[in-house]
Amino acid sequence: MTTTTERAATAPGRTYAILDAGRRVLATPTVGPFLALVLTMAFFSVKTDRFLQTENLSLVLQQTLVVGVLAIGQTLVILTAGIDLSVGTVMALGQILMTKLAVVGGVPALPSLLLGILTCLGLGVLNGGLVTLVRLPPFIVTLGTFNIAFALTHVVSNDVTFTGLPSTLLFFGRTFRIAGASVTYGVVFMLALYALAWFALRQTAWGRHVYAVGDNREAARLTGIHTGRILLSVYALAGLTSGLAAMLLVGRTEVGDPNAGQTTENLDSITAVVLGGTSLFGGRGTIVGTLIGALIVGIFRNGLTLIGVDVIYQYLVTGILVILAVSVDQLTHRRRA
Amino acid sequence: MSAAPILEARGLVKRYGHVVALRGADLELYPNEILAIIGDNGAGKSTLIKALSGALQPDEGEIRLDGESVHFRTPRDARGAGIETVYQDLAVAPALDIAANIFLGREARRRGVLGRILRMLDQGAMRREATRHFAELKIGVQSIAQPVEDLSGGQRQGVAVARAAAWARRLVIMDEPTAALGVKETGQVLDLIRRVRERGLPVILISHDMPNVFELADRIQIMRLGRRVAVVTPATHSMAEAVAIMTGATQVENDR
Repeated sequence: MTTTTERAATAPGRTYAILDAGRRVLATPTVGPFLALVLTMAFFSVKTDRFLQTENLSLVLQQTLVVGVLAIGQTLVILTAGIDLSVGTVMALGQILMTKLAVVGGVPALPSLLLGILTCLGLGVLNGGLVTLVRLPPFIVTLGTFNIAFALTHVVSNDVTFTGLPSTLLFFGRTFRIAGASVTYGVVFMLALYALAWFALRQTAWGRHVYAVGDNREAARLTGIHTGRILLSVYALAGLTSGLAAMLLVGRTEVGDPNAGQTTENLDSITAVVLGGTSLFGGRGTIVGTLIGALIVGIFRNGLTLIGVDVIYQYLVTGILVILAVSVDQLTHRRRA
Repeated sequence: MSAAPILEARGLVKRYGHVVALRGADLELYPNEILAIIGDNGAGKSTLIKALSGALQPDEGEIRLDGESVHFRTPRDARGAGIETVYQDLAVAPALDIAANIFLGREARRRGVLGRILRMLDQGAMRREATRHFAELKIGVQSIAQPVEDLSGGQRQGVAVARAAAWARRLVIMDEPTAALGVKETGQVLDLIRRVRERGLPVILISHDMPNVFELADRIQIMRLGRRVAVVTPATHSMAEAVAIMTGATQVENDR
């Protein structure tokens, strides 16, 4: 008699505890993206033996590099419920400036890099200033900057590809070997940037305020947060990460290519952020999710090439991917509201 | 009331073009009281409150806090002077957790190098403080680390009230704090307002809900056409009398 009552009393509690633990695991924002990553990897490893080879995996990391770094700035902007459509062409401009200054202008490598990065930062500040002070929609502002940077890239480069770069500019393309795989310094740099972004978002008041501005801008303003400064800072940082991505791109490709960074990088950075579980409505998302999202995008590009899918179909697939991810975001958001 | 008023407004005037929202409005708030402000739409309640909380600046008149003249140019100024405001539309960040909302815009940093140079948050201290405030105000939640969007409307407003009570040093202004809530949740928030007063903070409460006002308030200031027309107490006046003064059906001789 006592045992049955005891069981009756404890069983629902225990079941609830298990359910609750399960719910909490599923509610962890990076679980969904992580499962998607595992599924993507499983799919391509079944399709081709070459996918899981160490050399290919380190190639995937190198291919993820540029989009991965762009996606850091994109995450910050999207967390405030904005969007930056200009990261790809701003990076292209930065890359052309760096290489032209070093090759044609005779400027030493480090100042060349710095000037390229500062130009990208400047365009980010321009985006942020227009969004904050003139109160223009981020979509239109950054689409304008997209075109300006695109045009400037071709004007500055005269459609010439710059080659024979000084070795300092190629530093982040250099590799070292670890556990049988070759890893570039660029990959290490990217991971360090992610760690930095994680710390800033999770452990500082600034990070809290980025989330709050995207979550409920009016509430953020009423609690005394300088919402304008927060918005300006995220667009400026998106410009900065575009500049850093330009530096990594130069290290990887070893040239200044006027046609680089103008087709897939913009959308890929947004795809990475959304696949990583960050909401386009702002206020929700994680930087770790973005890293996972960037890896998924990189694996898709790499895997589709490995199994011999034509480039045009890669566009098709990534287009579908981003629409799928955005739809999931919209549906979950609607259920919450 | 023999004590000196904590907050005093004299002859506040606010014009918007041809429209005069306040035409010489007065107010006194004494220590340890709940002062309700009632009035029809357009009577100037909101404008008066905005002037007191720094959301707008009056064209004429004077505001005194503890006897000293103050000029609030922004809500930040008013908060700096120890005046916190709770808004009707649940001004919280739903995706952030309770502790983060309580400390939003006023985050605590770690001591030493971690806080000064790395600007690292002291999440543990903020959670402990938030838990303490919730216990003092007897607001029941599962965990202080819950996102606010998981809470009911009453609990969410509880977060806003707890935030105001945690930071207010002089007084709390509540602008229609129960307007967005159901009956049961309204009751919870009213209890909360009483507890804020018990903690020694006087409260200015703007509400449309007459039964709530008469249940809660020590004094009731009635506004009409941008002026204070009467101050009554639940003991001396009935709800019907208050409404009659509010609508102008009963004329009041002096403005007390």
